[in-house]
Amino acid sequence: MSAKLSPRQVGGVTVVDVSGRITLGEGSSNLREAIREMLGKGHKKILLNLGEVSYIDSSGIGELVSAFTSVANQAGQLKLLHLTKRVRDLLQITKLYTVFEVFDDEPKAVGSFA
Amino acid sequence: MEENGSRETTKVDTFLDSLLESADQAEHLAVEVAKENGFPEEELHRFGMAVRESVVNAVVHGNRYNAHKKVHLVISNSPDQVTVTVTDEGQGFDVSSLPNPLAEEHLLEQSGRGIFLIRAFVDEFHIRRLAPFGTEVKLVKYRETVG
Repeated sequence: MSAKLSPRQVGGVTVVDVSGRITLGEGSSNLREAIREMLGKGHKKILLNLGEVSYIDSSGIGELVSAFTSVANQAGQLKLLHLTKRVRDLLQITKLYTVFEVFDDEPKAVGSFA
Repeated sequence: MEENGSRETTKVDTFLDSLLESADQAEHLAVEVAKENGFPEEELHRFGMAVRESVVNAVVHGNRYNAHKKVHLVISNSPDQVTVTVTDEGQGFDVSSLPNPLAEEHLLEQSGRGIFLIRAFVDEFHIRRLAPFGTEVKLVKYRETVG
């Protein structure tokens, strides 16, 4: 199942619940389009909840990075929530784990946005 | 199934279309063969990912989604290892020219992590340009390093 994204607003932060596969093709393009749409609406505090992501490939990792830089380039913040072990391992292997702010607790994550 | 002289038995020998779906198909086939070798779940996942990334590279960069070009997938195993060979019909490339995705100047680039991840998830990674065209990638995963 390609990645599905469900945004919701929590205290001024857009929390995006992501489920499914973030892989080359529909999954990664869904993420790209969703980020673009959010930025277009002026939503610059974005928390990606990846707890239900079943699979991510190198393209999916690339889309996370692209989302991070796109949001940062617009003076926004993008952070990650509920990484699965597989996603966490990939981010560590690719040295991206320290690039992102990662949280296991949603209220704490939401409260961290400036 | 055919034995290829090195105690390995060829389990899969097929030509895939140059479509992204072929990557999923190849991953599934490779995981099914690796299951015979008793790989634990996480090693199956990583090995499958490596195969998938290899086929994606063959489809996207090698064959460039050309419907007239195929990806040749061969999967074989012995009690000690699983070997996957992925061959495309592209122009080939110089793997040594690929930027290091871990280098600071490349860390935030959107692409360029595929081969790095493949290498991280297998025990042997071999790549060679074929004449007159094509690239062959060979991945080997040992059973001894599992677990």
